[in-house]
Amino acid sequence: MILYLLSGVVFALGLSLSGMTNPAKVQSFLNLGSPDWSPALIFVLGAGVVVYSIAYRWILARQRDLGGRDFKAPTPRPIDRKLVLGSTLFGVGWGLAGVCPGPALVHVADLDTGFLTFLLMMFVGFETQRRFAS
Amino acid sequence: MNYANEIIGGSLIGLASAIPLLSEGRIAGISGYAASALRPTSREGRTSLALIVGLVIGGILWRWGGGETFRQGTPASLPLWIVAGFLVGFGSRLGGGCTSGHGVCGLGRMAPRSAASVGIFMTAAIATVLLRTRGLA
Repeated sequence: MILYLLSGVVFALGLSLSGMTNPAKVQSFLNLGSPDWSPALIFVLGAGVVVYSIAYRWILARQRDLGGRDFKAPTPRPIDRKLVLGSTLFGVGWGLAGVCPGPALVHVADLDTGFLTFLLMMFVGFETQRRFAS
Repeated sequence: MNYANEIIGGSLIGLASAIPLLSEGRIAGISGYAASALRPTSREGRTSLALIVGLVIGGILWRWGGGETFRQGTPASLPLWIVAGFLVGFGSRLGGGCTSGHGVCGLGRMAPRSAASVGIFMTAAIATVLLRTRGLA
């Protein structure tokens, strides 16, 4: 349990330091061809992917997690209509606000009406999907 | 151009994402944890809730340490926050992941499904921003 709490704290610090919590920065990255375009977020995703893949390869090679349980690579699932539609809708929402789920939770600390509204509706979206489209 | 903060921050995101994988072989992203945290009746739900609480605490610590907050966010109207929040929640669960689950974890595992998701949501997000900033929508 404490490891999950720690993971959340480190995640929040990483999102904050990297600028993922700045919607204007996210949107300027998405705004291809604009004068203030910056590749900054490529470095965030790239660094995250590299670090995670090192951990993943290590666990995969030893076939055991650090708690001693067997570990196998998850069975690949097909690229289906749900994936395509869901990813499209997620992308539109992310582009509209410049906010994805992690930063929405980090912004709870601000008690800002806009960010809190986004967060509330995100949970409404989770439940709507679960009930009607899962 | 100096991207040290992006690289260090991104590495912390990768490390944080790897903690559940290393400790108990669990692979998930923030949208998965957040949705699961709504049901803390199982161990999975409780650990998810712990991670989500950690995210909120991390945000508080960052501000307490004097970090930049971007509190004002985008100059978005309330209806826009409502629509965007719903789409992010609904879409991430329908598609089975978000920027962290498909982005960091999925690409880190070289999962084709996640690569497809990232390509699709990046394209959709770029199209949305371009349509709005160029006055086409």
